Amino acid sequence: MTEYAPHLDTNTIVNFGLLAMLLAVLVAIVRTRSLLAAVLLMGIYSLISAVWFVVLDAADVAFTEAVVGAGVSTAFLLGAILLTRTESLTKRWQDMVMPGLVCVGAGVLLFYAALDLPLFGDPSAPANAHVGRFYIEETKNDVGVPNIVTAVLASYRGFDTLGETIVVFAGGIGVALMLGFGERSMGDLPPALRSPVMEALAESDHHVVLRSVAKLLIPIIALYAFYVQFHGEVGAGGGFQAGVIFAVAVILHALIFGLADTMDAIPPELARAFAALGVLLYSGVGVINMINGGNFLDYDHLFPLAFEAGLPGSHLSGGYHHWGQHFGIIIIELGVLFTVAATMIAMFYAFAGRAADVVGEGARG
Amino acid sequence: MIDFTSLIVAPPELTRHAAALLVLGPLVASCAAALSPNGRWAWIISFLASAFSFWMALALTGEVAREGVIVYAMGGFEPPYGISFRIDWLGAMFALLLSSMAMIAAAYSGYSLNAEILEGKRTLFQAGFLLCLAGLLGMTSTGDAFNAFVFLEISSIGTYALIGVGASRDRRALPAAFNYLILGTVGATFYVIGVGFLYAAAGTLNMADLASRLPALEESRAAEAGFAFIMVGLGLKAAMFPLHGWLPSAYAHAPSLMNVFLSATATKAAVYLMVRFAFDVFPPDSIIVERFMIWVMAPLAGVAAIVCSTQAIFQTELRRILAFSSVAQVGYMMLAIAVASGAGIAAGLLHLTAHALMKAALFMAIGGVTLSVTGLRLSDFNGAGRTAPWTMTPFAIASFSLLGVPLTMGFLTKWRLIEAMLGDAYYWAVAVIAISSILSLFYVGRMLEVLFFQPAQTGKNRIREAPLGALIPLWVLTVATIWFGIDGRMVEYIADSAATAVLGGVE
Repeated sequence: MTEYAPHLDTNTIVNFGLLAMLLAVLVAIVRTRSLLAAVLLMGIYSLISAVWFVVLDAADVAFTEAVVGAGVSTAFLLGAILLTRTESLTKRWQDMVMPGLVCVGAGVLLFYAALDLPLFGDPSAPANAHVGRFYIEETKNDVGVPNIVTAVLASYRGFDTLGETIVVFAGGIGVALMLGFGERSMGDLPPALRSPVMEALAESDHHVVLRSVAKLLIPIIALYAFYVQFHGEVGAGGGFQAGVIFAVAVILHALIFGLADTMDAIPPELARAFAALGVLLYSGVGVINMINGGNFLDYDHLFPLAFEAGLPGSHLSGGYHHWGQHFGIIIIELGVLFTVAATMIAMFYAFAGRAADVVGEGARG
Repeated sequence: MIDFTSLIVAPPELTRHAAALLVLGPLVASCAAALSPNGRWAWIISFLASAFSFWMALALTGEVAREGVIVYAMGGFEPPYGISFRIDWLGAMFALLLSSMAMIAAAYSGYSLNAEILEGKRTLFQAGFLLCLAGLLGMTSTGDAFNAFVFLEISSIGTYALIGVGASRDRRALPAAFNYLILGTVGATFYVIGVGFLYAAAGTLNMADLASRLPALEESRAAEAGFAFIMVGLGLKAAMFPLHGWLPSAYAHAPSLMNVFLSATATKAAVYLMVRFAFDVFPPDSIIVERFMIWVMAPLAGVAAIVCSTQAIFQTELRRILAFSSVAQVGYMMLAIAVASGAGIAAGLLHLTAHALMKAALFMAIGGVTLSVTGLRLSDFNGAGRTAPWTMTPFAIASFSLLGVPLTMGFLTKWRLIEAMLGDAYYWAVAVIAISSILSLFYVGRMLEVLFFQPAQTGKNRIREAPLGALIPLWVLTVATIWFGIDGRMVEYIADSAATAVLGGVE
């Protein structure tokens, strides 16, 4: 085995540049007292990270970071600021001693350990030589999809992905418990209270440009979500990204055409139902696998074996196509799409529903 | 001798999948609860799902007794390539504990949510409760270090929201939940940083695979840092002194159901992962584990047992007294675990079980009178034991267990704690337990004095008995506390087997 030697190429230089930018943005986030600026800087931070992930050849991670970090979470944080305040409180320096010490301690420990890590990109590093190598070598025999990341995410470690989907679902339940589903803006409030935001949003006729551009964009965004959804096995993408992109289309609609119109098209109850249905669909695939004689989430048992062997080109009858794995991945990704999109929409409704209260109070005061 | 090898409770088709179904039951039920039409349906779903988990836990226990270790490969991919659940006696013990406590809490939730939570939120509350349960069961069943993080997040996110819902009774629940959210997220992040270092050093996430690779990495700084990050992260989750700041407020202001369920389960699951990592994933005789136990865990646990017992004495709110007492009791468990012998770990696990039973009963009794007690201060409960004896007698019995009075489970476990500490010549630890017990005499005495010897409130303020829906689960806990206090052979057997399993290492 030849010794791996690091070398300074363009990639490495770009990496250092991006890391320096991340550091600069971080310092700015910590220093600014305007929460608005901090949120926007965090969006920039995510975007730079996404670029960095692309340079590291982690296209799927970059995609997720871009849509979640730079996209939808910025929107949610802005919503949260609208409900609370835009300036952070000044802290006494005494209050920052302990957190500071913790940060310095953790940082020192990180450096201490990082100096001992294998070199970046070393093919004989444990992370590349053991389980990681197995995935690269065996994906085509075990799962048979071209995108190894999808194979790991949806099949080898599909149980983790079910868990992550449930984390999203749990987050949705948490927001709904705290803020409701936005039903407060739906009409059980007196007109005096609900008008400002509703009408401000609905009566934005003077925003003709916004409206016409949005009309053009929203279908394209929604369509793009489905493209990302169904190309997850061959390219970067999958249910998480697609779900967020679809939700962004809906959120854009609500921002331009008013919450009430959007809620007519996608009622909060529907979002709630689909959030739960997505998890049920995902775990339902696992249950079918168990009924057909496999373990939980073993997509090789999605169909009864005799049936799958009869499908054209099946790997069970000498072919190369893993029908069970392929369909299993498509269905669970659909489950992820349902839960993620529905949860994001429900969360937006919850925030927007509260915004009506805040603006209403302002108007009364 | 108790024989679990003949324990067969489910047909073989179900038993084969018991490990997965244990977690899957509450997960699927949580979706069903979120979609159910009203709170009553959600309550029934919640109870049935936790009963189902308990059933599967029993089936697993029989399997573990027969086979030793159950490995269930998710997706059919053998470890370390896929994620697997790996259940030994320690895992079986926690599956039994968590699911049985959840079943009792779910039975109680019918009454408790009616009393404290708006009808519109009850279905989601039950959904969140089931997610918490599924997350905790997943944490204690999985054989994969990263998968444990995913389940940790599921249970944590559910918990943050459910604590915050307490705002309808006590506005301070909101900052308490937010505080816990921030600290809990820091803890989870530390854990996942640690797992990342282990992956970089060993190239695997599977716990058994890590265990076989880590002895060769004794010198690796990455593995050392990984251990440190994991222990700090889990220590935060387990409310290990001085990382316990979130706990008293979170417990004191949460809805009663969450008081009961959290105090019985949440910190316990984090303690489980600490034991798993320190003695099973890392070689228990490695220098870093030994140093951590002797120089970090034992002293901090000792300080916790004394300082937090003292703090409990000076609290004015009943729930806060019990919350500080919980941190002190976590100190007892950690002190025993830090002895790092089989007897020590077994004693720690036994005390953990006893503490789950008694704290759940204490919080349940307080929640039981929540309809007729308006305030939160200790004096608001004046004479509760006189007008509501059926509700408050279990409180007294659980308090005795907290003190370690004979014929309660607390006596048995305190005995085992001291025995284990003497066995390894930890004389100072015995002194700590003795001092802390004397301190707890003060706050327990104060609570019982207020509840039973103060004049009862009359008229409009009269404290009424809890309804039957609360009394039945409360008395089940009380009977269990006494039963195991008289004949603890069964739990002792399970705890001893668990300690043996964890110290035996992973094959």
